[in-house]
Amino acid sequence: MSDSLQDHHRIVITGVGLTSPNGDNLTDYRANLLAGKSGVVPFQTRYVKQPVLAGVCHFDEFLYQKKKERRRGTRAGSVSIYCANEALKDSGLDWENVRKNRVGVYLGITEHGNVETENEIYEISQFDYDTKVWSHHHNPRTVANNPAGEVTLNLGITGPHLTVGAACAAGNAGFIYGLQMLRLKEVDLAIAGGISESVHTFGIFASFASQGALAWHEDPAKACRPFDVNRNGIIVSEGGGICTLERLPDALARGAKIYGEIVGYAMNSDALDFVLPSSTRQSECVQLALDRAGLTADDIDIVSSHATATEQGDIEESKALRAVFGDRPSLAINNTKSFIGHAMGAAGALELLGNVPSFADRIAHATINLDQQDPRCELRQVVANRPRHMEKVEYILNNSFGMLGINSVVIVKKFPAEHGGVYA
Amino acid sequence: MTRPEIREVIIEILERIAPDEDLSNLDDSVAFREQMELDSMDFLDIVMELRKQYRVQIPENEYENLLTMDSTVNYLEPKLADVAK
Repeated sequence: MSDSLQDHHRIVITGVGLTSPNGDNLTDYRANLLAGKSGVVPFQTRYVKQPVLAGVCHFDEFLYQKKKERRRGTRAGSVSIYCANEALKDSGLDWENVRKNRVGVYLGITEHGNVETENEIYEISQFDYDTKVWSHHHNPRTVANNPAGEVTLNLGITGPHLTVGAACAAGNAGFIYGLQMLRLKEVDLAIAGGISESVHTFGIFASFASQGALAWHEDPAKACRPFDVNRNGIIVSEGGGICTLERLPDALARGAKIYGEIVGYAMNSDALDFVLPSSTRQSECVQLALDRAGLTADDIDIVSSHATATEQGDIEESKALRAVFGDRPSLAINNTKSFIGHAMGAAGALELLGNVPSFADRIAHATINLDQQDPRCELRQVVANRPRHMEKVEYILNNSFGMLGINSVVIVKKFPAEHGGVYA
Repeated sequence: MTRPEIREVIIEILERIAPDEDLSNLDDSVAFREQMELDSMDFLDIVMELRKQYRVQIPENEYENLLTMDSTVNYLEPKLADVAK
């Protein structure tokens, strides 16, 4: 990677918008991650009789959206609109004068359309399954580009938009697509990240329950327990993490504040199983991202792990991380899902963004609920229960993996204060 | 349902379809679309709500009867005569 400030291939994060079950902006979210505050709560979902827990967001849907837009659209669209507007506001861009045909929207999703389809089936069930009452809004709500498309409608963006369907690797994938489109000069500004409305579909809870992979604990805050010997599955959450990404010379020219530089990324496929992960492919993905960034494993200060608190998933990722990083004690490995559950399409984005402030405060947030580490998840560097003060934080590596064996890794580097780095 | 009751039903539907609009000064003799933001998908919501709530079937070639509040009430009056609000 070139160090030149005029290198158009260098891509930086210049604005952040997010909503998570424990915070609707980066400041609150980060504070709660450092304070060990969970966002997991009891939740009602249609048909499912057993008690269910979930991570639910509380952002104001009508801050950037008219009531009519919300009625026409989807929760995923609403999450996206909130986060995109927050990111733009945070970026300091003179939005009125931004060329809207040079803006692209790239949002990672795990799935889309289940919520609306379930709602419509429920609705027609009240009318003896008469499809004449099936909504004409169903198609525009369920097309796969819906969340990104709603952002373009809301903000008058006339450049390209698409969602990136990448299961739970989607948050990173959204960033990667944004970065690639900027490098290709397809756009001058990428609004990129990941989003999820998953808690509003009963099917995701019922399916994880049938798989034996839905977490439960009497105390909701203790339910998501990555790497712990008593972990018992996934907490489904909703959320969104969206950034404005720009080419470095453009960001410098406008005096933008810069959160960090995306210096490495990789995606690959296990080609092995529908649900079971592969430590081999995961470690290959991590290594590829390091190689592309021109880094070695020893350069990384914080690894934001994907671990979802499933039996096999945590074991496989632990193996992958040991294979790449060994036992180097100066590395911190943490896990955001332990606080907010699995935000699906938003997970990768939220998990990266919650760690980015570490560049400034040099604190790795914890993995909570790690009372007794599973010996099969032998990672000595896991930051257990309390945040860890670091000597330095120059590089953060973010893992995000998903079903059908999709793996994604993003590496972000601290950006120097003299050129606009806000976390330096 | 009486004519005032039918009007009330339509107002309630419009309030749901266009929640950002102020309908207090709606002119019953002027087309809905000239007084509020109402596109073809919203218009279909009126048809859908009447179908769901009161089982009123409105064929496509009769949609023109839903142009104004007056024409809508005129059109629905015989269809809803025996229906309770």
